[in-house]
Amino acid sequence: MDLGWLVSTVSRALAFGVPLLWGTLGEIYAERSGVVNLGVEGMMILGAYAGFAVAQTVGVPALGLLAAAVVGAAAALWHAFLTVTLRANQYVSGLALTLFGLGLAGLLGRGWEGKPLRVPLGAITVPGLAEIPVLGPMLFVDQTILTYLGVLLAVILWVVLFRTRWGVVIRSVGESPATADSLGINVTLVRYLCVALGGLLAGVGGGYLSVAYRPSWTEGMTAGMGWIVIALTIFASWDPLRAIWGAFFFGALYHLSFRLQAYVSPELLKLMPYAFAILVLAVSGFGGARWRRRAPGSLGIPYVRGER
Amino acid sequence: MRAAAGSGHPDGPPESPHLIRLEEVTKSFPGVTANDRVTFEVRPGEVHALLGENGAGKTTLVNILYGLYRPDSGSIVVRGRRVAIRSPREAIALGVGMVHQHFKLVLPHTVAENAALGLPGTPFWAPARDVGRRLCALAERYGLPVDPDRRVWELSAGEQQRVEILKALLRGAQVLILDEPTSVLTPQETGELFKVLSRMREEGHGVIFISHKLTEVLEVADRITVMRRGRVVGTVAAAEANKPMLARMMVGREVVFRLTKAACTPGEAALSVEGIHVRNDRGLPAVRGATFHVCRGEIFGIAGIAGNGQRELVEALTGLRRIEQGKVRILGNEVTNRSPRFLADIGVAHVPEERIRMGIVPGLSVEENLILKRHHRPPFCRAGLLHLASVRRFAQGVIEEYGIVTSSPNTPAKLLSGGNIQKLILARELSGQPALVLAAHPTYGLDVGATEQIRDLLLRQRAGGAAVLLVSEDLEEVMELADRIAVMFRGEITGVVAGGEADREEIGLMMAGEERVRG
Ligand SMILES: Nc1ncnc2c1ncn2[C@@H]1O[C@H](COP(=O)(O)OP(=O)(O)O)[C@@H](O)[C@H]1O
Ligand SMILES: [Mg+2]
Repeated sequence: MDLGWLVSTVSRALAFGVPLLWGTLGEIYAERSGVVNLGVEGMMILGAYAGFAVAQTVGVPALGLLAAAVVGAAAALWHAFLTVTLRANQYVSGLALTLFGLGLAGLLGRGWEGKPLRVPLGAITVPGLAEIPVLGPMLFVDQTILTYLGVLLAVILWVVLFRTRWGVVIRSVGESPATADSLGINVTLVRYLCVALGGLLAGVGGGYLSVAYRPSWTEGMTAGMGWIVIALTIFASWDPLRAIWGAFFFGALYHLSFRLQAYVSPELLKLMPYAFAILVLAVSGFGGARWRRRAPGSLGIPYVRGER
Repeated sequence: MRAAAGSGHPDGPPESPHLIRLEEVTKSFPGVTANDRVTFEVRPGEVHALLGENGAGKTTLVNILYGLYRPDSGSIVVRGRRVAIRSPREAIALGVGMVHQHFKLVLPHTVAENAALGLPGTPFWAPARDVGRRLCALAERYGLPVDPDRRVWELSAGEQQRVEILKALLRGAQVLILDEPTSVLTPQETGELFKVLSRMREEGHGVIFISHKLTEVLEVADRITVMRRGRVVGTVAAAEANKPMLARMMVGREVVFRLTKAACTPGEAALSVEGIHVRNDRGLPAVRGATFHVCRGEIFGIAGIAGNGQRELVEALTGLRRIEQGKVRILGNEVTNRSPRFLADIGVAHVPEERIRMGIVPGLSVEENLILKRHHRPPFCRAGLLHLASVRRFAQGVIEEYGIVTSSPNTPAKLLSGGNIQKLILARELSGQPALVLAAHPTYGLDVGATEQIRDLLLRQRAGGAAVLLVSEDLEEVMELADRIAVMFRGEITGVVAGGEADREEIGLMMAGEERVRG
């Protein structure tokens, strides 16, 4: 096979995997604390819109990303309020957030539909590493800083989760909030923070799309990525390091579905990532204990003190 | 009777300062006053038992002390200072530690991670390593050996309890609350726990020991406070108390300790189980090659700590769980993996472990619940329609016969008290004259009166020639009712002994899997 083809495929897979990675890292933290947030798609599109709007107005892409993070976190806090404080059904609230986000971003973005961004986030070339043959052009050229920050973040989040006091608290709250509560942990606060972090990262993932990957605004430009994130969280068995591989693998699938359009019907190819996501969920359902045991014990269940 | 609160001061002078004191504490839930002007205190270096039947309000009281519930009125005094305990964190800061009836542990985590959770002063990085070291030092001092790196779900109930005690000590608990700590222990483990409690007494801790078992309370406590229906009946020194007196205070009337039980005249085998293997919900082996038989006219008891395969065994015998290997015969029919409906139709009665979840349909009326097993057969069903008049007639009959207290046959079953729900289940199961009764924890959580009635019903089944399989965690109950006793440990029957000559110690050892006796 042609080496150039491989190099560009890997390079684009990385670029396309970035929003998936950021979103998945966020969802992992939310779910580790016991809260499912199906609103990832909504938070991403709101992030994409806010990122574009601010970057376009101010002309500074970094500020766009900051806005995306803030808007994502704010949307997630709404989910946290409904599900943690009011103990609403997490799945319903998350779905509502997705529909709301898609609708609101579409409405606000009308005037900007199809517009390219004035100043996109630039690609960088990693000095030194870019010179390595084959690997250099694959991994260290033509990426934005968010690719590397995402990987670094995954490592940091892994260390926090499994090697620090905070990690013990977060995992305990997700496994057994009653235990954490009885030891004086503020379950509500931990869940709010984790859900907010989830939204923040999803927002950045969305912002990346409109500010860096395809610097423009199109309604519905997240194109179902939020749903892939939900599947990836399970695929990665709630482990930030595994999320790296998962995200870039799905990035490759997305990219290949563009690449192979010459040979296979494009409708079929566009299905590929989703078909794969369904497959992952089916396998994780069937595979039984090994996969399921890792799901946080009280995922999806609101915590009520003293309930018997 | 020397039963007025605060009257007897057997150990130490009357002015000896208390560690913690609850004064006139009242707490109501919708429909019940769980604690009614309760006054209770613990001094340093004493084990103070809180004795009462299920529902007396013991757990509620200590939950208030631990900041889980706020009292409606009354006050809490810690070392002479009035305090408000608004959360477990505040309770811990005041030196109160608690081992809950249902352990508060994160099962997938290690012992050290569990201990580190929320512990002030743990390092930010690698907290488990540091806490593990401190845990070992404490374990040494109090005689509570644990391995900090084991995952909690791998530990036995007794070991999990040790982790809970260590967690409290690690947080500097001066007052340690143990809510029904012996209910998950073998007699030997109970003995070890009592040694630990003596150790704590020597170190000057105050221990609140909750139980409804008289023998234990007399053995371990310095003082005993008895509660009944939310009120304190009295506080007595253990040295001056005895069983009948405590039983009277606890129940509010004279209690007969012996049931009348005729001699056993076993007939042919109604149930025979040959080497069955069953898996639990997680897909792991739960029953591993159990073999036994139960004869007509006998009660066959299965003792053992909960979680050793009893639940899976009963579910397999009632057709609710697949049998992977082995054979079950009932009344001569091979019935391995037949449906629950088939088994019910050939005369198997099932009194399930979780009476509300599996025993009744809470939203249906009492009469509807009473015909659940036979609604498809005459006289209740004619031409596919329910014949409501016969349903009503039948219901009124058994409500009378079994003494079910309900405002009407139309009342939703969930509104009944625990004892009456259980009587409803027994009425449904026993009224068809079953040949085999499978009863799982039939008196769990019931008061003394209801317990007596249920036991009497089982004995009457036995007298009437039914075979009764009785699964219970309550060793006293099994020893009192059963003609033969089998012990289950890790899915195996570790031994069968004759009921009359059963020895607590020996059964205790079998419950811990230590000895195999054939009888
Ligand atoms: N969270 C609660 N909500 C409603 N009722 C409760 C609650 N906790 C306890 N109760 C009721 O309060 C009474 C005392 O219960 P509890 O303190 O658990 O008794 P004990 O521990 O002595 O068995 C019971 O009638 C029980 O049903
Ligand atoms: Mg209790």
